Amino acid sequence: MYVTLTIDGQKANVPKDYTILQAAKEIGIEVPALCYDPNLEIVAACRLCLVEIEGKNKLETSCSTKVREGMVVHTESEKIISIRKEILQLLLDSHPNDCLTCQKAGECLLQKYAYRYDVKFREHDGAMRPNLVDTSSPYILKDDSKCILCGKCVRTCSLIDDRKVLAFSNRGYDTKISLDADQTLETSSCVSCNRCVVVCPVGALVDKRTMGKMRPWEGESHVVKCKACQYGCNFEVLTKNKEKVAVRAMEPDQGRPLCLKGRLTTELINIDMPDKPYRKIGGRFEETTWEKALGLNEILEKIRTIKDND
Amino acid sequence: MISLEILEDIKGKVRPELENRLRKEDKYIIDGDEIGLKDEYYQKQTRIALKNCDIIDPKNIEEYIAMDGYSSLGKIVTTMKPKEVIDIVKESGLRGRGGAGFPTGRKWETAYEYDADKKYVICNADEGDPGAFMDRSILEKDPHAVLEAMAISGYAIGSDQGFIYVRAEYPVAVQRLKLAIEQAKELGVLGNNIFGTDFNFDIELRLGAGAFVCGEGTALMESIEGKRGMPRTKIYRTAHRGLWQKPTIINNVETFANIPVIFQKGVDWYRSIGTEKSPGTKVFALVGKVQRADLVEVPMGMSLREIIYELGGGVPDGKRFKAVQTGGPSGGCIPEELLDTPVDFESLGKIGSIMGSGGMVVMDEDDCMVDIAKFFLDFTVDESCGKCVPCREGTKRMLEILERITEGNGKEDDIDKMEKLAETINSASLCGLGQTASNPVLSTLKYFRDEYEAHIKDKRCPAGSCSELLRYFITDKCIGCTKCKKVCPVSCISGKVKEIHIIDEDICIKCGACADACPTNAIIRK
Amino acid sequence: MEFIFNKEEHKEEIQKFEIFIEENKDKPGALMPVMQEAQEIFGYLPMEILQLISRRLNIPLSEIYGVATFYSQFSFIPTGENKISICLGTACYVKGAEGILEEIENQLGIKRGGTTPDLKFSIVDTRCLGDCSLAPVFTINNDVYPNVKREDIKGILEKYR
Repeated sequence: MYVTLTIDGQKANVPKDYTILQAAKEIGIEVPALCYDPNLEIVAACRLCLVEIEGKNKLETSCSTKVREGMVVHTESEKIISIRKEILQLLLDSHPNDCLTCQKAGECLLQKYAYRYDVKFREHDGAMRPNLVDTSSPYILKDDSKCILCGKCVRTCSLIDDRKVLAFSNRGYDTKISLDADQTLETSSCVSCNRCVVVCPVGALVDKRTMGKMRPWEGESHVVKCKACQYGCNFEVLTKNKEKVAVRAMEPDQGRPLCLKGRLTTELINIDMPDKPYRKIGGRFEETTWEKALGLNEILEKIRTIKDND
Repeated sequence: MISLEILEDIKGKVRPELENRLRKEDKYIIDGDEIGLKDEYYQKQTRIALKNCDIIDPKNIEEYIAMDGYSSLGKIVTTMKPKEVIDIVKESGLRGRGGAGFPTGRKWETAYEYDADKKYVICNADEGDPGAFMDRSILEKDPHAVLEAMAISGYAIGSDQGFIYVRAEYPVAVQRLKLAIEQAKELGVLGNNIFGTDFNFDIELRLGAGAFVCGEGTALMESIEGKRGMPRTKIYRTAHRGLWQKPTIINNVETFANIPVIFQKGVDWYRSIGTEKSPGTKVFALVGKVQRADLVEVPMGMSLREIIYELGGGVPDGKRFKAVQTGGPSGGCIPEELLDTPVDFESLGKIGSIMGSGGMVVMDEDDCMVDIAKFFLDFTVDESCGKCVPCREGTKRMLEILERITEGNGKEDDIDKMEKLAETINSASLCGLGQTASNPVLSTLKYFRDEYEAHIKDKRCPAGSCSELLRYFITDKCIGCTKCKKVCPVSCISGKVKEIHIIDEDICIKCGACADACPTNAIIRK
Repeated sequence: MEFIFNKEEHKEEIQKFEIFIEENKDKPGALMPVMQEAQEIFGYLPMEILQLISRRLNIPLSEIYGVATFYSQFSFIPTGENKISICLGTACYVKGAEGILEEIENQLGIKRGGTTPDLKFSIVDTRCLGDCSLAPVFTINNDVYPNVKREDIKGILEKYR
């Protein structure tokens, strides 16, 4: 069953279980959204994708509102733009002005939308999020001061049953993302799979092993498939000045979990000079060998034995 | 097993005992079938939701039955079809008393229409609006009315499980409900095969844990499910997918308390009370600066003036009335010139406030409207769940502006900034808490803008309430007793014995100790 | 300040609590009632108890911590022998509740949400107590103090010392 609706003057003919946001995308209209991810539960928390629907008094979030026959939608009306600007301003007011050195610059959604709607950082003497940076992990950097609380990391982490390490804690302005009972990346049960890093729209969760290596506009990237198991998760290999400097995980698709072992395997195979590997032992990250990190000791031992016997 | 005959027997036995007990106290009027509270104060009221309160012993189910309790449920499950029950509720015009005023019958009908293996009835007893306590009174003084109504709605929509989500801050209500549920199960008006039919209905108590936002229906459901009480985005209505994604109806305590009475006395009787669009009564918690602070139940459509002056006795201590706040953190402050507004859902909405759950806080000339707006914003910021950006970030910024205004650091464009913020918070927030969070600011800006301007431009609080803006003066009433001089912690008062003293305003920290110590009230704050 | 939870000392309470979990764990939405019971038995939520709940109900610790920090009734520090709740509802506010809170804070030397080092008093976070016609009002344990004035506070607290 298909329905026809009008979005910003254009007709769209889409399946009836589509949301307005999906329908808009179908005809090339990008409605801005920070908390929306097609692979995750819809929460309608960032409110950036609000649209006006003719005949309705209230604005509706396009990520959560289903299309209906004959619907007339405006995604960029004067009112909507004014509200979007205000929402972005509110986010910037709590966000550190660190775009110059932030690893996410160039790929940050907040930056993208601030540019699109011409919203700037401004001076104010009100509260900011506390500058809590978790540097305990060699794989992930968690910077709460940059967090916009979209909750994508929490939702993606909770899709894997035995993980569910990330959750919201506290409430109101003091809400934050915690690991277990407010532990660090190191002391918590986090397995460094990087699912959360992949979905974070801002610089709050960053792949630490890419830091300082390359800016997105400085080099190229190509996609490789992980060879560690049959899932074959996608990774990007980042190349700068012909040197393969880092790999990073791409969006975890349905059923593809991502894991540290796969990531390290891909790194070892693809990177010219990979950083040292680390293992978490008893809540501490310890430098280790590639053999140990990839669990190859026994295999290599066996191969050696077989070779010797030959 | 319970039957209508047994119910009638209990009533026949207990009613005379109850009337005898009441006759011994000179507080009641017993007129045929009707028992009411004596005193002119109660005569001016129409008590439906509170009809048994302060009359029956809430710990005794038989006294509830003596007042026709459980007769509606008995009649309904033995003689009526669910659809007929829903039609009566629809015809009665009963609207949700929790604040939004949604037609109760329509809510029930939606849940009835969805087929599901399980449906739920929830009683929202998370009365969080500061300044409202009608639900608490009903739960403590007439718990069976709520249980009976929940069973009726369970029968109507096809549910066998109810939950009462009650604030943990109400320990007596919790105890009374526990006891009432026990008694009802024992008698067979709750449990399996109610009145010998195949209708089963059980009720479980769940306690809140101190989060105002859980009064919001979907947040409350999240909380019952054992999660953080963050409101859901409404892709589906809760009557379709609510608690554990099953069809669920959620009604407030006072709404439920109306149900058994509607079935006892009929739709025509009910519709004869109140207004066309808002039939029935509303209970208000008339508190603050009034002579008689108490719960009052009046027909919808009575004017604010009648409620405040005729029932509340007006403002005490010869002070001047300034405003009445209705609807709590989602409502607004209403000025004197609008006191003739009739109280119903639509009329209060038109003047920038809401009915809300029925809090009605009267304020006098000593109350600063900017400070009151700040009080409510402080509440909202504290209680915002943090899920959506406009509410989480916007109310925080709004509170910061109000704080600096009341501290004398307000800026020229602060009012504009707040109005712009309010527009975004109201129209972009996810749930009702955020969508109404700006009302206390907007309504005070609308009716008391001059007070804001006095704070910002003249650094003056006209009500003499914002301590940072106060200035202390010693008038010529001073008898030179030196008491003020002795208590002043910063020694800013000078003067000789028996001469008028003077306060050095540059040093004064505005603690007010001098004014408290002055025996002649010579020290005034302005 | 640190409060250390001694498992050995609380052996009986833990046993009692484990029985409660056993009786309730199959109920849908058991987490809140279980946490409320823990708060009631231990006076706060020690980390060891959160871990126990996580294991028994098979709910991730992160989720439990999230719930514990969302609701103001739960606390991570012990509540004192005497729980003081000051109503901060609208009616009490316009009748001077802020001053009452301030006076109690001064008398006890702790802030809202705190516990005195001798574990005698806690000032617990409270919204409206629903006693609006008695404003300003506060409670100590189950005793209600209506229409209080600032100067009454010292005497009232004395009774519980």
